[in-house]
Amino acid sequence: MKLDYTPEQQAFRAEVRSWMEANVPAGKLPSFDLTRQGFEAHRDWERKLSQGQWGMVTWPEAYGGRALDLIRWLIFEEEYYRAGAPTRVNQNGIFLLGPTMMEFGTDDQKQRFLPRMAAGDDIWAQAWSEPGAGSDLAAVRSTCTRDGDEYVLNGQKIWSTRAVFADWAFGLFREPGSERHKGMSLILFPLDAPGVTRRPIARMDGEMVFAEIFLDNVRVPVADRLGDEGQGWHVCMATAGFERGLMLRSPARYQVAAQKLAALYHANKANLPASIGERVAQHWMDADAYALSIYSTASRLEAGGKIGPESSTNKIFWSEMDVALHQTALDILGPRAELLGQSTDGVSPVDWLDGFIFALAGPIYAGSNEIQRNIIAERMLGLPRG
Amino acid sequence: MQFAFTEDQLTITQAAREMLVETCTPADLRKQLEAASPRDDARWATIAEMGLIALLAPEDAGGLGMGLVDLIGIAEAAGYVGLPEPLIEQAGIVVPLLARLEDNRGWLDKVLAGAVVVVGHPINPFVANADSADAFLLADGDDIHLVTADAVTITRAESFDPFRRLFTVSWTPSATTLVGEGWGDTAERGALLAAAEMIGLAQRCIDLAVSYAKDRVQFGKPIGTTQAIKHMIASAQVKVEFARPVVHAAAAELPLGTLPARARVAHAKIAAGAAADIASRMSVQAHGAMGMTWEVDLHFYLKRAFSLNYAWGTQAQQFETVQERIAAERMGPDATFASALTQ
Repeated sequence: MKLDYTPEQQAFRAEVRSWMEANVPAGKLPSFDLTRQGFEAHRDWERKLSQGQWGMVTWPEAYGGRALDLIRWLIFEEEYYRAGAPTRVNQNGIFLLGPTMMEFGTDDQKQRFLPRMAAGDDIWAQAWSEPGAGSDLAAVRSTCTRDGDEYVLNGQKIWSTRAVFADWAFGLFREPGSERHKGMSLILFPLDAPGVTRRPIARMDGEMVFAEIFLDNVRVPVADRLGDEGQGWHVCMATAGFERGLMLRSPARYQVAAQKLAALYHANKANLPASIGERVAQHWMDADAYALSIYSTASRLEAGGKIGPESSTNKIFWSEMDVALHQTALDILGPRAELLGQSTDGVSPVDWLDGFIFALAGPIYAGSNEIQRNIIAERMLGLPRG
Repeated sequence: MQFAFTEDQLTITQAAREMLVETCTPADLRKQLEAASPRDDARWATIAEMGLIALLAPEDAGGLGMGLVDLIGIAEAAGYVGLPEPLIEQAGIVVPLLARLEDNRGWLDKVLAGAVVVVGHPINPFVANADSADAFLLADGDDIHLVTADAVTITRAESFDPFRRLFTVSWTPSATTLVGEGWGDTAERGALLAAAEMIGLAQRCIDLAVSYAKDRVQFGKPIGTTQAIKHMIASAQVKVEFARPVVHAAAAELPLGTLPARARVAHAKIAAGAAADIASRMSVQAHGAMGMTWEVDLHFYLKRAFSLNYAWGTQAQQFETVQERIAAERMGPDATFASALTQ
């Protein structure tokens, strides 16, 4: 067990740090969920990252990556968050679809989609959930009807994050008449294809974070199916593993939040009870515990191990930590917590409120925490199904 | 950066774990309790024969020259079985302490041969296992004294955990008993090893809850099929999963001796203590009224977890160390590891 960075890893950190210092936009970019302009500003950032070959560092060089191991990926993420770089607008593509495509995609698909994904040319949305199928994905009703070399897609998707402005979506569709886990396929489709209608859904704070997608006889080539016909469930479960596992939420995000929380606490300490100090310490410990857990999993995976149902413990841990951490920040802000603008004393309560609202969704998306607890109980601990 | 145990560490831990699980079953614990025996001599002999007590002793003293990290999985296993014998304290605290003393009066050799020396550290008012001790390492302020069993008077202080045999020790410090100054990192080692044992204890409480929930039928089906039971067990498992890597990191970092390293140990004790606390109370709930009784095995592990949570520093003391670290040292994603803060 060696818990220090090698000289090579330190040199890599220095390289990332100096690139970020030279390139991270000085001000905060406009929201990518509110306007096309904000979305395109984030696409420009993705392109800049890609020009520096930082678009997707763990991918093979052939697809625009650097083929880095997981420890270097963690160092990259640490420096990314440390620099305050923008949230990745294309995370559905690079963290979920990308790894799935590398495992299940044809050579043609990998060549066509992955370099464009890493370059920010295609921004992806996920089209899994439906009004009747959230955590119970096997209840999906949207259909793909085979017509020669094409599929005809019909149905409705919902809670598609980034879908308002994204270029492409990957969705789960079933052969007409099939039931539950059988007869489903994972199909890629452009969001500007004839027959696709997007309807933004305003989040509780008014931002158009997600959308409904209506599909009315949308024709896509069979070549844009990911994985074998009827194997969509199997493919999606692999994607869900990536989602709950390492890549979706790198620990640095929470360590930066804990750092900011400590700063907020120290600035307001004089008027706060000691119990708040203990809560701040607890959140810092949790953020570090999450980092240690991911470093330990990364070391195990680098040695040839596989990630199992314990990825469900990750998802529960970071999502609950995120809510609790933001709750403490709002408690420190007290009466200022509800402000949507700047406070008279220069604090920006709205950043914490934004973070809190986003955190509220954490226990819901990527498979609700109730479902994750079932997975832990049944697959990790062997309790009987109901 | 390699945050994983080596093959050798995994092999020795596995061997120790199998021996402990086989020789220290709940039935064995009950038998030992009826016999009112502080230790099972056969098991203690097996532990000594396997060389477990000598793991951290220097090679020139006949030990294996290993570090705290090598013992951590074994401490988890000792917790998992609720081991009554002081293996972890002997191997992880007493042996390194004796090895550090300029003149240990030959007691390191004796301990490696099976004798028991127990520690009365200033942080702990009670001395565990004093009735099976051949000698004591006792505190007079920050001075360390080595006192043989015939030169002390011990008084039993009954403990909630019947296997935590606690005593107060009366003795007279003298120039001849003085063997060193400064307890060094002894309290941190104690806290860390208690944390590792609590990880094992927490997992045992969860495993007992799982096993009971599979068998116990209510309303015509096993209670473990209901989400209410599943979710409380799963929540306890999440606590364990995110305490364990902290304990492992703390073992690797403790020798640095810096504030971030000490804060990691404090974090390990807090996190493992919380995991053990939640897992044991969850397990009582899963067992229903049976969970409150002497009849089911749960109480052995609940009591040990309870006791260790208060040994080697309380949660409040550990929180102070963490808060001190937050105020004094760099935080953030490039400051995860204690080593990164000394470079």
